[in-house]
Amino acid sequence: MGIEGIGASVLRKEDKRFITGKGRYTDDMVVAGMKHAHFVRSPHAHASITKIDTKRAMAMPGVIGVLTGKELKADGIGNIICGWMIHSKDGSPMKMGAWSPLATDTVRYVGDAVVIVVADTKSQARDAAEAVDITYKVKKAVVSAVDALKTGAPQIHPEAENNLIFDWEIGDAKAVDAAFQNAAHVTKLDIINNRLVPNPMEPRATLGVYDSAEEHYTCWTTSQNPHVARLVMSAFYNVAPENKLRVIAPDVGGGFGSKIYIYPEEIVCLWASKKTGVPVKWNSDRTEAFLTDAHGRDHVTHVEMAFDKSNKVIGLKVDTIANLGAYMSLFSSATPTYLYATLLSGQYNIPAVHANVRTVYTNTAPVDAYRGAGRPEATYVMERTMETAARELGVSPTELRRQNFITSFPHQTPVIMCYDAGDFGASLDAAMKQADYAGFPARKAAAAKEGMLRGIGMSCYIEACGIAPSAAVGSLGAGVGLWESAEVRVNAVGTVEILTGSHSHGQGHETTFAQLVTERFGIPGANVNIVHGDTDKVQMGMGTYGSRSGAVGMSAIVKALDKVEAKAKKIAAHLMEADEGDIVIENGELKVAGTDKKVPWFQMALSAYTAHNLPSGMEPGLKEGAFYDPSNFTFPAGCYICEVEVDPDTGTTKIIQFVAADDFGNIINPMIVEGQVHGGIGQGIGQALLEGAHYDESGQLQTASYMDYCMPRADDLPSYQISHQCTPCPGNPLGIKGCGEAGAIGSPPAVINAITDAIGNNNLTMPATPLAVWNAIQAVK
Amino acid sequence: MYETNYHRASSVSDAVKLLKKAEDPKILAGGMTLIPTMKQRLASPSDLVDITKISDLVGIKVSGKTVTIGAATTHFDVSTNEKLAKVCPALCALASHIGDPHVRYRGTIGGSISNNDPAADYPSAMLALNATIITDKRTIAADKFFKGLFETALKDGEIVTAIEFTAPAKAAYSKFPNPASRYAMAGVFVAKDKDGVRVAVTGAGETGVYRHKAMEAALDNKFEAASIDGVKVDGKGLMTDMHASADYRAALIKVMAKRAVAAAA
Repeated sequence: MGIEGIGASVLRKEDKRFITGKGRYTDDMVVAGMKHAHFVRSPHAHASITKIDTKRAMAMPGVIGVLTGKELKADGIGNIICGWMIHSKDGSPMKMGAWSPLATDTVRYVGDAVVIVVADTKSQARDAAEAVDITYKVKKAVVSAVDALKTGAPQIHPEAENNLIFDWEIGDAKAVDAAFQNAAHVTKLDIINNRLVPNPMEPRATLGVYDSAEEHYTCWTTSQNPHVARLVMSAFYNVAPENKLRVIAPDVGGGFGSKIYIYPEEIVCLWASKKTGVPVKWNSDRTEAFLTDAHGRDHVTHVEMAFDKSNKVIGLKVDTIANLGAYMSLFSSATPTYLYATLLSGQYNIPAVHANVRTVYTNTAPVDAYRGAGRPEATYVMERTMETAARELGVSPTELRRQNFITSFPHQTPVIMCYDAGDFGASLDAAMKQADYAGFPARKAAAAKEGMLRGIGMSCYIEACGIAPSAAVGSLGAGVGLWESAEVRVNAVGTVEILTGSHSHGQGHETTFAQLVTERFGIPGANVNIVHGDTDKVQMGMGTYGSRSGAVGMSAIVKALDKVEAKAKKIAAHLMEADEGDIVIENGELKVAGTDKKVPWFQMALSAYTAHNLPSGMEPGLKEGAFYDPSNFTFPAGCYICEVEVDPDTGTTKIIQFVAADDFGNIINPMIVEGQVHGGIGQGIGQALLEGAHYDESGQLQTASYMDYCMPRADDLPSYQISHQCTPCPGNPLGIKGCGEAGAIGSPPAVINAITDAIGNNNLTMPATPLAVWNAIQAVK
Repeated sequence: MYETNYHRASSVSDAVKLLKKAEDPKILAGGMTLIPTMKQRLASPSDLVDITKISDLVGIKVSGKTVTIGAATTHFDVSTNEKLAKVCPALCALASHIGDPHVRYRGTIGGSISNNDPAADYPSAMLALNATIITDKRTIAADKFFKGLFETALKDGEIVTAIEFTAPAKAAYSKFPNPASRYAMAGVFVAKDKDGVRVAVTGAGETGVYRHKAMEAALDNKFEAASIDGVKVDGKGLMTDMHASADYRAALIKVMAKRAVAAAA
């Protein structure tokens, strides 16, 4: 490795513009004649629309257009769809209700878009929005998924009887039943995984521009996957054919999953631009973000784990109800199924696993993938259950886990996944050592003398990243393939551009991806540019989510670099009249091994473009592309240990230490990986201690601002102790697994296991706010 | 935000004139609550009369034991005033934990007590310190000033110009913040003087800030944290919301009171 190659903590190239305010975000985009949109949204969680009168609004100052869903439909714009088909266990397809980008007859959650107002200024648009007269007939709402399934619950979509979208299962129920009949002990637990609001720093925004001369649309948007946005808007929403639609996702300030999906606003602003003849900009305010960004999690689960006499897990039974909100968002069906139940073997050798998942409509914001997406929910189920079982069995939670670890690879679980590599014991050992696990009883006793309750908890997580082999996800219902693309362009002066189909919205791709080039050709990172986020510039790609940019996106770059290297060597060999097989590339030079003959990299590149002296028959130029389709998921895994101190008088939890021992396979940039771990654990601790979206019974979101929705602040979080173990991933050329979500996946159960250990009451639901912890303490007093 | 007219008053009498002239005015005394409310279009005053640039309203005077704080003095200035810190450090400490640095540089003591948010910190200090609220028309004892949720004895257009109190022998404030907003979920200010002990509770009461007479009596008897143990505090009359039940608030009041007494003693 060089100072900027693989394994080096190169400082992030992109940070200069972010830190100095020079980033270019969607809301920074200004085009000639641009006007501003405001959406009139439903104040009710469930109501029929009996009348929409736009006359008064149209007469307001500065107003250019006031448009409704009826006009949208008349122009042939389609409904928003979920792109992953799931079949119920009876073989019937999921029951997808219609989601019109602008509601026409019925509104189904507070924030549902009904009318778009376009005006000269934002304020005028907002003023006019207040003058749109909509008459609603309010209906009874239901916000909890469990309640929505009950007989007599309000019916939200005619397509989904009893609000049930699908009733799906995975695993072998008979084998599980047999295992439970032979069980020496069964641990049972009811688990709620709390609903979260993603809260990226940059709210969603879009700018739709219609060019009537070219009949062409440009959509600037806050997207994690601009090509997918273009595909979906073309193929399903009938906005425009792909060659007439350019989607640009410039700098994007965080996504966490919530910017994967195609929302009504992008479609409506593009359509409104054509309809009104002006470019239309919309920027979400923070309240709209709370109300309408796809939320995360919201599972209710009953789990049973069976053990034999020697404390080996012999079976696992899981029954989950997942709240998908008012409409099915783009990947909402995949999150509580193939991204969740396929991880219910955890790190453990469990011969029989069965999971049943019912997904349900409610009068709440749509729920979809949020950092971790299904895997945090699975890990929470597994690791809360393991810890609970250890307490019930009276054995050490570390040893119970160790005893059940999978130790040989590849390992086929009973729930689809085939783990390719791992060393779970290594991470457990490293975490226990770093946490001084053995010294905990003494620390607990010392804390008790001060009147404080100490607890320790752990979580041994495994997740699946690098989604995913296209044929595999296709067979499971995905509407798209999940390969990735790259193009490497070597310019005539030897500098390099990498066009990637993945998208950076905070991950540091501009730095990490350049390190691959430096490692390979020895040219400085400053000579390498990463291009992404524009469908006119970059070949088709699938975007960034599911920790896939490393394992899949960088693998595509490696494939393209292989081709560039091969051609570069041919050119160099020709220039030096040497054998192609003798050429080595070092420090920006192509050398003939064992001699002092060499050609500088830039001279080879120049030769490729002057084409004065190329091998016979070789095409000029040096530019290669590649598509990489992974052969398997990758499986990051690790062990997290959390030690807490609870103040019994107030229920306040303080995290004393948090240890993370992760196996991400090989690592390109350790500093960026460490940042991902910090951020992920921050979000996981947020879920465990602070964050929770709460609707009242009428469907009003009570946590619609930071006054009530508690985001983690610096002083809520400890200083993390981090280490890495490494079993390289055998499935991709770099041996990497992915690190973007691990922190958020692994941390919540560690925190809750620690608090329940401290207070001696296992009945505690996230977020473990001071109130919740105090109540749990009172319950066992 | 709806359109509004902004006026910067040069004196109290100028402010009074401006308020009289306007159709539906509001006094702007930092705006840390008013501006966010306006931005959400939940308030739409025709005119804002900014009183924070009136020099007479800014500053802290300490004369012997008598403390006078101008209404437009910021939380930051209260938290860092050295003279005040010598006679009543509890008030400096309280101000240093209001909001965040941005709020503390903008928000003012007069604005806070005139708004009388049931979870604000200052009202508890005013009650416990037996402060006098001075307006452009009269003086009002703190006991008579705070009337309920966001309600005070102030009449329309009446401007708080200063608050005044006698520095107590001992005082401390202990607050349990709401995890999200970090307003008080239960905040207790305890002050002991030759006339006795006064205990005021904020963030918890259904009708806003109030004095806890039972705790005052117990502490008059003996000023130590243990005196609180025997005082019955239940959830009656306390707020319940998603962050805290009435019972939990009752428990917190006791804990905060004990911590305040321990810090003051």
